[in-house]
Amino acid sequence: MIVAASTHEYWNLQTLWFFLIAVLWIGYFVLEGFDFGVGMLLPFVGRNTQERSTLIRTIGPVWDGNEVWLLVAGGATFAAFPGWYASLFSGFYLALFLVLVGLIVRGVAIEYRNKRTDDSWRRRWDWILACSSAVPALLWGVAFANVVEGVPTDAHGQVTASLLDLLGPYALFGGVTWLVLFAFHGALFLDLRTVGDLEARAHATARRLAIPAAVLVLGFLAWTYANALSAHDKGIVPGIIPVTAICLPFAGAALVGAQKSGWAFAATAGSIALVTLTLFLNLYPRVIVSSTSNAFSPTIFSTSSTHYTLTVMSIVALVFTPIVLAYQAWTYWVFRARLGDVDAPASPAELLGRSPLGRQSS
Amino acid sequence: MSALDLARWQFAVTTLYHFLFVPLTIGLAWFLVGFQTAWLRSGEERWLRLTRFFGKLFLINFALGVVTGIVQEFQFGMNWSAYSRYVGDIFGAPLAIEGLAAFFIESTFLGLWIFGWDHLKPRVHLATIWLVAIGTTASAYFILAANSWMQHPVGYRLNPVTHRAEMTSIFQILTNSTLIRAFGHTIAAAGLTAAMLVLGVAAWHLRKRGEAELFAPVARVALWATLAAAVATVLLGHTQGQLMTKQQPMKMAAAEGLYRTENGASFSLFALGPWEKRPSKNLVNIAIPHGLSILADNSWSGTVQGMNALQAEYVKKYGPGDYKPIVGVTYWTFRIMTGLGFVAIVFALVGLWLARTPDRLERSTRFQQLAVIAIGLPIAANLAGWLFTELGRQPWVVQGLLLTKDAVSPTVSAWSVGLTLAGFTLLYGLLAAVEVKLMARAVKAGPDAAGTFGAEPPGDGSSPLPIPALTY
Repeated sequence: MIVAASTHEYWNLQTLWFFLIAVLWIGYFVLEGFDFGVGMLLPFVGRNTQERSTLIRTIGPVWDGNEVWLLVAGGATFAAFPGWYASLFSGFYLALFLVLVGLIVRGVAIEYRNKRTDDSWRRRWDWILACSSAVPALLWGVAFANVVEGVPTDAHGQVTASLLDLLGPYALFGGVTWLVLFAFHGALFLDLRTVGDLEARAHATARRLAIPAAVLVLGFLAWTYANALSAHDKGIVPGIIPVTAICLPFAGAALVGAQKSGWAFAATAGSIALVTLTLFLNLYPRVIVSSTSNAFSPTIFSTSSTHYTLTVMSIVALVFTPIVLAYQAWTYWVFRARLGDVDAPASPAELLGRSPLGRQSS
Repeated sequence: MSALDLARWQFAVTTLYHFLFVPLTIGLAWFLVGFQTAWLRSGEERWLRLTRFFGKLFLINFALGVVTGIVQEFQFGMNWSAYSRYVGDIFGAPLAIEGLAAFFIESTFLGLWIFGWDHLKPRVHLATIWLVAIGTTASAYFILAANSWMQHPVGYRLNPVTHRAEMTSIFQILTNSTLIRAFGHTIAAAGLTAAMLVLGVAAWHLRKRGEAELFAPVARVALWATLAAAVATVLLGHTQGQLMTKQQPMKMAAAEGLYRTENGASFSLFALGPWEKRPSKNLVNIAIPHGLSILADNSWSGTVQGMNALQAEYVKKYGPGDYKPIVGVTYWTFRIMTGLGFVAIVFALVGLWLARTPDRLERSTRFQQLAVIAIGLPIAANLAGWLFTELGRQPWVVQGLLLTKDAVSPTVSAWSVGLTLAGFTLLYGLLAAVEVKLMARAVKAGPDAAGTFGAEPPGDGSSPLPIPALTY
């Protein structure tokens, strides 16, 4: 692999964009991670359709904005590293198809569930929502583990793997880690956003999930380290990052036990971010590891756009990213209050029926 | 079928399906802006009822537009990886900018609009729907920037070492003459789509429910909007066609079924060619003399190039090959699109003529029935328009630079593409059925149905203007 010899070799636009894309994926996993978790836990934390309405409402105003992080990560990869985008998306073809189906069905489930009142309609969508949240959560873990562990490629860095090649033990372990960590993250989110019975049940669920999630993160990163050692390609990972990523879910387990759910949520968010960062740092400066030959691995330099395009995109990112962060943060502030059973009616149609402040009569 | 054919079918299915929802989203967002602004300025309750009612339809439609849009962002890499490598330096930028500068805005502020009724001050809440409308419109601009570059590449150079197109000027790409025309035409068509939906829904209510005091004024507004949008769509489309005659002469020649170069070319109204793969002449052609020269060139006897001459020219320029699109499809999709535009103008004029007499619009069942059917007209025209512009560019994926057959993913098997094509088609079919049913339910439920949609908090289920429950 190519290792930059001195610090100044990291000062290039390719490296900047590699880390901007890492940031976009971190944003996506931290935010949609709890959306996925809420979806997966829906049938378990909510006992009836009324309660599940409340649970869905905790993510109702934000899930769509959270998903845009994925679209921007995809678009930014296309713009900054067309070769990476082309190899990754054509190489993980059927896996991505399943992710897409999951995301489509999930979005429709969230939006259409409350369009009708009958229980059987809502119950059906609740289960669809749970399954379609679990599938992408699992598959993203599988995909990222594969990119780091290595997949068969040709000499041009085009992935030649079949769907079965992508389901090795390490990749599946990565998938399960993501699934359980997102479930834990989602349980903590519900713990923070609900009151009463729902809060109690979300809290209990978070406590049950804490240790399994922490052990899985430990196992996954240990396995990642072992792979890197045996392949002599540790990338540029400073040890403190994976170690913190491992410690945080354990800290989360302790914090949720001590009734400090807000801090526990911060810990799972941090762990998701640092696990993702570890994978990206392990990868750098490659963009996909070729298991066929080290020399075949495409890198940020072999797949990138021109200096001009990267400069244009850097300016765009510099201008718009702070604005996006500001108004998304504001959204979370607006919808910060906890939800209880009394607020159960959650359909957009019903909410549209409400009149704004100041205009209401009586 | 080869992986190439299947990938082309998949692109057509997923993109056309996505485009069923997009124009309506863009157009309805601006109607909601109008209704809610009118409510805030006048304080009249009927505007609020309309905002809520059409807001419901907007949301049902928006959901499918969003989820099918994710596929758009991914499928270039999945099915067209050779294309992605070749154009990524240019094509990726507008897509990424669309996500960062437009789609984030519309998604985030839509969430605020839906759930923010009792959290935000009225003016701030109004601002959220304005931002949604601005976001959807800006989205269209960036997506069309990417597409216009495929129709008329500008601001690039070919790198002889990497064999790919590279950006030299983002400014030229974002001010492409093709883009300016396409954007105006598409936004006008989006307005037309929404106006005819609002008209059809209002007409349905006038006929079935007779809520004249609410829906008669809306029908009038929608009629004027239909007329304005249809005229704008046709005129902007005309300037787009004139530009296309210069930039993509083969596409326009195919659209006119014009095989031989003519001075004072006629405008064909109805033509049939021999049923073969590469026809080189028309069997029947009913045409207006000099019509095409006037349309394309603003002159009585201007020269319009025919397909045969262009084919010879392209062989000389690009090497042996067939550079004609499928003439029959290009010719007829163009006629369906333009024809429906004129039908919309006539339809709006008839409606406005009826509306001159008080109560006439409210009582004309025939017109009301037609207005419901007419909801489909602009949608059909939108699809025909996309088919025309994309199929008319064939065999190129990027005009003059890259052939579609060289753009497909080399590593993806026909079996894989076939499987996902079947999967998307099935899934999209199911979702279309659910969406149409939900839309029809929401229309039938009417503007005051909010309280009957679910377990409203006690005490406000019967009020036409429900009071917010406890805030959360």
